[in-house]
This record gives sequence, C-alpha cells and structure tokens, in this order.
Amino acid sequence: MTHPQVQAYWTAVDCGFEQVADVFEECVYEALTAMRRPEMEAYLEAARYLGKLGRGAEPMLVFLEEWPSVVHAIGGNALPPVIDLVRALQKSPNSRAITPFLQTLAAVARRLQSPGQLQRYLDIARDLMTRTTGSIHGHHSTFPSPGLIPLFEQSPFLLNLLSLGGLKNWVEYGILNYSRHPERQQEYFALELADSRAVLQRERRGTLFADVERQLDLYLRALWRDADQLVPYSTAFDEMRKPVPYFDKLGMRVPDVFEAERGIAGIDRYRAVLAHMVGHRRWSTAQIADNWSPFQRMAVEFFEDCRVDTLLIREYPGLRRLLLALHPKPVEGACDPETTSCLRHRLAMLSRAILDPGHGYRDASLKAFVARFHALLQDGPASTADMASLALDYVAKTRRQSDQLARVHFDDTVIDYRDDNRHLWRYIEDSDDEEFFDDPGKTLAKESEITGLPPRHYPEWDHTTRTYRPDWASVYEALHPSGDAADVDRLLQKHAALAKQLKRLLDLLKPQEKVRIRYQEEGSELDLDVALRALIDFKAGSQPDPRINMSHRTDGRNIAVLLLVDQSESLNEKAAGGQQTVLELSQEAVSLLAWAIDRLGDPLAIAGFHSNTRHEVRYQHIKGFSERWDDTVKARVAAMQAGWSTRMGAALRHAGHYLSARKADKRILLLLTDGEPADIDVADPAHLRADARKAVDELDAQGITTFCLSLDPGADDYVREIFGHRWRVLDHVAQLPEKLPLLYLSLTR
Amino acid sequence: MSIKDQYLVKQEPFYQAQGREIALYEAAYAAKLPVMVKGPTGCGKSRFVEYMAWKLQKPLVTVACNEDMTASDLVGRYLLEANGTRWLDGPLTVAARIGAICYLDEIVEARQDTTVVIHPLTDHRRVLPLDKKGELIEAHPDFQLVISYNPGYQSLMKDLKQSTKQRFTAFDFDYPAAELETAIIARETGLAEGMAAKLVKVGQAGRNLKGHGLDEGISTRLLVYAATLIKRGVDAGDACRMALVRPITDDADIRATLDHAIDATFA
Repeated sequence: MTHPQVQAYWTAVDCGFEQVADVFEECVYEALTAMRRPEMEAYLEAARYLGKLGRGAEPMLVFLEEWPSVVHAIGGNALPPVIDLVRALQKSPNSRAITPFLQTLAAVARRLQSPGQLQRYLDIARDLMTRTTGSIHGHHSTFPSPGLIPLFEQSPFLLNLLSLGGLKNWVEYGILNYSRHPERQQEYFALELADSRAVLQRERRGTLFADVERQLDLYLRALWRDADQLVPYSTAFDEMRKPVPYFDKLGMRVPDVFEAERGIAGIDRYRAVLAHMVGHRRWSTAQIADNWSPFQRMAVEFFEDCRVDTLLIREYPGLRRLLLALHPKPVEGACDPETTSCLRHRLAMLSRAILDPGHGYRDASLKAFVARFHALLQDGPASTADMASLALDYVAKTRRQSDQLARVHFDDTVIDYRDDNRHLWRYIEDSDDEEFFDDPGKTLAKESEITGLPPRHYPEWDHTTRTYRPDWASVYEALHPSGDAADVDRLLQKHAALAKQLKRLLDLLKPQEKVRIRYQEEGSELDLDVALRALIDFKAGSQPDPRINMSHRTDGRNIAVLLLVDQSESLNEKAAGGQQTVLELSQEAVSLLAWAIDRLGDPLAIAGFHSNTRHEVRYQHIKGFSERWDDTVKARVAAMQAGWSTRMGAALRHAGHYLSARKADKRILLLLTDGEPADIDVADPAHLRADARKAVDELDAQGITTFCLSLDPGADDYVREIFGHRWRVLDHVAQLPEKLPLLYLSLTR
Repeated sequence: MSIKDQYLVKQEPFYQAQGREIALYEAAYAAKLPVMVKGPTGCGKSRFVEYMAWKLQKPLVTVACNEDMTASDLVGRYLLEANGTRWLDGPLTVAARIGAICYLDEIVEARQDTTVVIHPLTDHRRVLPLDKKGELIEAHPDFQLVISYNPGYQSLMKDLKQSTKQRFTAFDFDYPAAELETAIIARETGLAEGMAAKLVKVGQAGRNLKGHGLDEGISTRLLVYAATLIKRGVDAGDACRMALVRPITDDADIRATLDHAIDATFA
C-alpha cells in the first residue's frame, strides 16, 4: 500500500484482517474504475460494517471483491437494499447465509441487469427467510432457514433458466410444500429433489417442448411428410457441454425448451431444427470418414449443411427469413489469422454468404466458392459427394498455417438450428479409443427385472397454491389376483331372490329409448302439429305438406360404465349391525351388479384401487369392457382384498383415462367407497379432498360422469364437496348388494 | 322451351381430365350403365358429371340428397288441390321420362329405404314403378343414373348397402396431382401459374394432416376460392388463412401449423 489515497481508504475501513490487507489494494483499483467518489465512500463504509459483524474476514473479503462487478452490471444505487438484507440476515439466525449471498451477488446482478430487478430478487430471498426460519412457541426465531443458503448458491444457475416470476413460483412451491421438513427443504432448494427439478422445468422461460409436441408432429407431417419419434433432451443440467440436436434410428432429438432468440419465437426455432434434420434425411448420404482430417470433415459438414438449407429454402421460400435470422453473421476480419485458428470463422462466413445473397463480404476466394456452390446446385439437388469434393478443394485452397493453432475463433460460428451431423459419417475401422459400454449380458438381465407395467404418473392438485404438482402420484396397474370363482357363484345363489327381482326390472328396461322420426309421409302415428299446419295451409288454398305422420325407431343404449372399487384397509371392518365385513358386502354387490349389467349388455369394466403414499397407488384390473362376466372375472372378484389407504384423485384420473378412450354416448364412472380420500403421507385431509374434486372436474370436462356411492354414514360433509350433486350415501351397509344394482338401473334409465 | 331443354347444360363447364375418365364415362353411357362417382369433397365430382352431360348434350337432373328425403321426393306424389288431387312427377321420374342423366348427389345422406327405389332402374329392367299412381314407366333410352358419394367423412353408420353398391360402375376421384391442380386453378381463376403452384403446396400440407386431426384435406374447391380472393387483390397470406385454414379446423395446433406452412410458402 504505497499510494497515499489507498492508505487513506485502508484507514477508513478500519480493519485488522491480514487476508483483507493482502487484496485490498487490488480491490480498490478495480473499484475506482467503476465508482465515483460518493459511491466509493459508501463502498468502504459497507465494507467496514461487514468487517465488524463478528463473522470473520470472509463477508468483508467477498464484498470487497464482488461489489465492483455488481456496480459494473447495475450501478451503485443497489447498495442500500443489499446492506439492509445483510442487516436482516445478521439479526436473524441466518447470519451464516451472508457469505453465500454476497458470493453469488455479482453473477445474479449480471443476469438481472437492473436495480429494480435486483430489488425483487432481494424480496424473494427475504420472503423465504421470514417464512422458513423456524421458531419455538412462535415467539423467538431460533432455527436458521434450511433453504436460504442453497437458494443463494443456486441463484445464478436458476436465474439463467428462470425469469424472476418463475423463480418466485419455484421458491413459493418449496416454501409451501417443504416448510415443515428441514432436510427436504434443503434438498429442494439445492435442486436435489426430483420435485424441485420438475417444478423448475415447468417454470422455465421459453417454449417448452411438452407444450408444442403435437404442433411439431403436425408440422413434420404437413410440410415434410415425415414422421418420427421426437425425443427431448434436457438443456438445464448439462452445463459443461451444451447438447446439440441430432437424430438417429430411435428418433429426432430436440432440446426440451427453446427461448425466443433474435426475434424468432421458440416454436419457430423448433421448426427450423426439424426442417434441417428432415433435409438431411432427404438429401444426405453418409460418407466414409476415415481418410479425412477433422478439418476436412468440418468443412464437408458446413458445405453439406448449406446444401440442405438451400434445398429447404427452395422447397419453402419463407424459410429463408427464419434461417437467416437464426444464422449468425460473422464479421469479416473479426478473426486474426496470425494468432488464432480461423477455419471455423471462414466456414461460418461462407455459410452465411451462401444463404444470404446480401452478405456484403468482400473476400474473393469466398465469393468464388459461393459461386461454385450455386453452380453445382443449379440444376438439381447435387449430392453429398459433390459437396465433399468442393469442401476438400476449399480447405486446400484457403488453408493457412494458423489453422492448426489451438486457439480457435468461436464467436458467431455456432449455428444452433443445425444438428451435429453424426449421421453423415461412417467409419470403416473402429477408432482406438472406442469403449464398449453395452455388455450384451447386462441388458438381458435388466429386462427380466421388470415384472409389472411401468408406473403412470399423474399430477395432483394443490389447493393452497392452486397449481398442479407435476407427476406427483405413481399409479401401478396390475391384473387382480385370482381366487375361486365358485365363491362368487355361492354369493349370487344367496341372493337368488334379489336376482329374480332384478331380472324382472331388467326385462322392463330392455326395449330402450324410442326415437321419434318426424316428417314422414307414411308412419305409425299422426304427427298432430304438422297435420294441423298442413290443414291450415290446405284451407288457405296453398299447397299442404303431405308429410304429416311420424314413426318410431328403437335406439340401442350406448353406455360405458367403469366401476371403481375402493379397497382400502377400512373395508376389513365389520358392517354396523351385521356379521359380514364391508369387503364381503362389496364383493356381493359388485357380483350382482356385474351380473345385471352383463344381462343388460352394457360394456362394464371393474377395477379396484388402494394406495401406499403417492409413490405407490395400485390400480387393479378386475374386469375389462369387453370381458364377459365369466369364471376368470368371478375368480378375480373372489380374491378381492383390502389394505392401505385411499388416494382417490390418482385412481379417478387413471380410470378416466380408460373411459375416455371408449366411444359411447354416455360414459359413467361409478365409485364405490367407504370413506374420504386419505393417505399416510398427507397430513391435511383437505388436500386429497380438493384433489379428488379437481379430478372429478377434469373427468367432467372430458364428458365422463362420475357418481359416488359412499358407505360412510358421515360422508355428507365431504362427498358433496367432491362430487357436487352426483352421490348417494348408503346408511345401512347391509343393503349394499341390493342397492348397488338398483342404483345403476335408476342412473341409466 | 320444352322441359328437356330446361335441363340442358348450356355452357361448356371447365373440366380438366385426370385420367381416362371421359372416355370411360362415354363407354358407360353408351351401354347405359349406372355410374357411381366416389371421392373426397370438392375434388370435382359434380363438375365432372356436369361436363359429361354437356359433352353428350343430354339434360342433367341433379338432386341433392338429405336425410329427410323420402322415396316420394324422388318419384313424385299426389298433390291436394281445392277440387281433387293432381299427380306431380319427382325428379327421378322426370329424368326417366325425358331421357336425362339423373345425378343423385351425396346419396348416402338419404335414408336407406329411399335409396332402394332406384334399384329397378339400375338393372336390366330399367323401369320405374309408380305404385301410388299404378303406372310403370319404361325408362327413356337416353336415361342414365349417376350417384356421387364421399366414403370419407360420413359416420360409420352411413354407408351404401351392398345391394345398392353392386348396381353401379364406379369412378374413384381424388385431388389431382400437383401440376394438374396448378393448371386447374390457373385456368379456373386466371391466377398466375407460380402463385397457383404455391397454393397447391399449402393445400398438400393440409392433406398430409388428414387423419391426424383433420377429417378432410383442403379441397380443390377451397384452393380455387383462395385463388379467387388473391386475384381480387387480397394479400396471399390472408386469402389462404381465410379460404384454406379457418374453414376446415378449429384446432389451434393445426391452425398454427398450417399458418406456418402459408408463411413458409409465400416468402
């Protein structure tokens, strides 16, 4: 510290830490480039304050080093709110978060670009702090917020992917769902939970692949008569090497999200990527790569990409605007051939010049090759081999010693709608460094591991935030185990009298719905309205309509029913005032109903469900729509067991997924349950209720009518909330076998 | 003017043959075989029949079928009058009497009990019994029956009976190939060939989506509409959106895709 001014500053910060003394002078010089006098004073004052916090040298050190970059990015006005937050952290049990907060501040500021935005970021952090800092008896804050430090550590990464609004939603979700679980909360904010990644994905900026998948599929079909599996890859978590689109025999790989860029919307960037890949599939042929150097291969790829783009534009001229907007425009002379390898830059310029007639480059050899390129494509699409020989010629003609240099000019040379061209190369010899990851024996063993169907994931409605939790519940579907069909026959025998009564009802119901056909010249009855009108016409002297009769036509019932049976633990209880368990009564009722509907001929499916936390919702197939009521189905009913809990929403959604595939005028989901939705991993009973309500609404929107028959006498409170007016409570459970078929008949009459 | 003249096609309609259908039709007409014309909507079925009627210089009686149509709407009926009744021939009877080509458009729309009245006219008997009037009409030697039918869009419930189908010889129409369709649009509307070719390109993009959310592709008729609008000075993109995309779909994804196809085609 030789300069007197620096000495004066050093006195001002009044600091005894040796680590700080080592770097102080450098920091001051850097700060002086960004700040004027009053700002400088505030900077030193803040540093002094941080030095006196009693948290060692680190906060001060970090601040001194980072703050000049913040000022560079957004100016010095942001200091007071930042120091306010530091004070708040210091006063709360969260003072350990001060250092991570200051450490990432510069990166955050660079991303946010304005003091106003930074203020909102600080508000989000403060909100998280106040709402997750633990307390005992609600008086004294004593436990630090578990999520705060990970949030500060992750924030540059998060802000790279999310807008501030998205960050707010993501933080909100973490607070709401993990405020009572410190370890989980920490994992959530450190992005270690699957959940937190899923919500992150949902909140990302730009066009999500999941939202436009169908449109892209239609795009391929409509414009290119091509169709392939579109497979998204994640761009969020691979920081070292940004993946590039490509295609192979398993499908076309595209990023999971595209932000709008250079005035081009995300969906159009997807379209450009797909169009380019389609072009390769149409016009490119694989070349043998062994004899060419990496430079030569790169040149061949550039030329071939240009050929594909040119042909695409020839097909759809409107693509030129799109491709040119996405294609970088390398500046002539931006790369110094003395110190840097310029081949990439030259090729990118060439590529631009080929696509853009108004490129304005002056280089003579570039122009010559552009002309040769267009001459080749003049009468027809040319071929990959033509491009290869042109490219080799180009590399030979324009070659410079410096192309070998390790420092490569990359600016404006990455054309991100183009795929990685892996399909363009064939290798005759395996390269030396190739590794074989696939052990044939290993894959076999893996396949045999799968025993049932893979799970289907359904979202769950969170009524407090009014959002869906993505992919929350995993539903495993399996065939219900079989028992002895004779048991069910015995049950039916027991209800022989009831069956007889039902049969009478069924026969009454059979000649169903009559449809009137009006305006018939000949029919079974006179249609009075029309006849009177005709008579009036006739009396008035004008021509009467002779079609005054009507006739009838019987119309078949077109109903599909799915009976969803709750198989939770509570079914094992004895029914009030009887010797039978609710399960046995349910079995009887299901058997009678299935028998009745089978006689009626309506397609009926039966399934049972129960759950063991959201990770294991079991959906058991008992009878399919096209299965008859025969011994195999009876055997499954006979083997019905009860256990675990009732996660209703997921089961309803899964059942609805089958019903919605049926083509019937009326689709009915009949739910037989003995209690309200509940599961052991949910503390708030209102949550699963609200989710079930939402599931019923979703089904309603798909044209599926849900009806609930509840065996819980105290169900009125919640069943109305979930099912609206489509429910009935059966107080006397022993009557279930009799009531269920009658209920069905009255519902569908 | 006799009743026959009133049904003659006066002006030559423009029809561009797609294959040998004109010669084949003439052969069928010479033998008086009933003809069925199949194909998607707006591909030129009705225009073809009209053109053939003009070429053969025969009257053409066209009936657009609908589901309320009864047998007597085809054959004829007694009308009540102040002092008695009067018989009025239906279009089919008129055609059989005067020796016209009777064209039943979209025959499947009519109820099945209606379609059976054409049976005796379509086999070797060539007679039409008028049971209410107690008359048996021998068809005029020039009489021929033509029906059109679109196998695509109707519901599964509506199909012709085998016994009806097997009384006809059939032409299978489809949208013409690209160059031909370009020529048709250019000729029909006077639009420049280059522009017409672009319209056809958009049309084909739509046709590729048939079965993937579209029940029917963009028809030649709609392309002609778009060309007409462009010819009147409407911006090409707007004309396409208005005439080609908006009529055929309410699906937002398909609309966005076709809109993009329009933008990509008309640079």
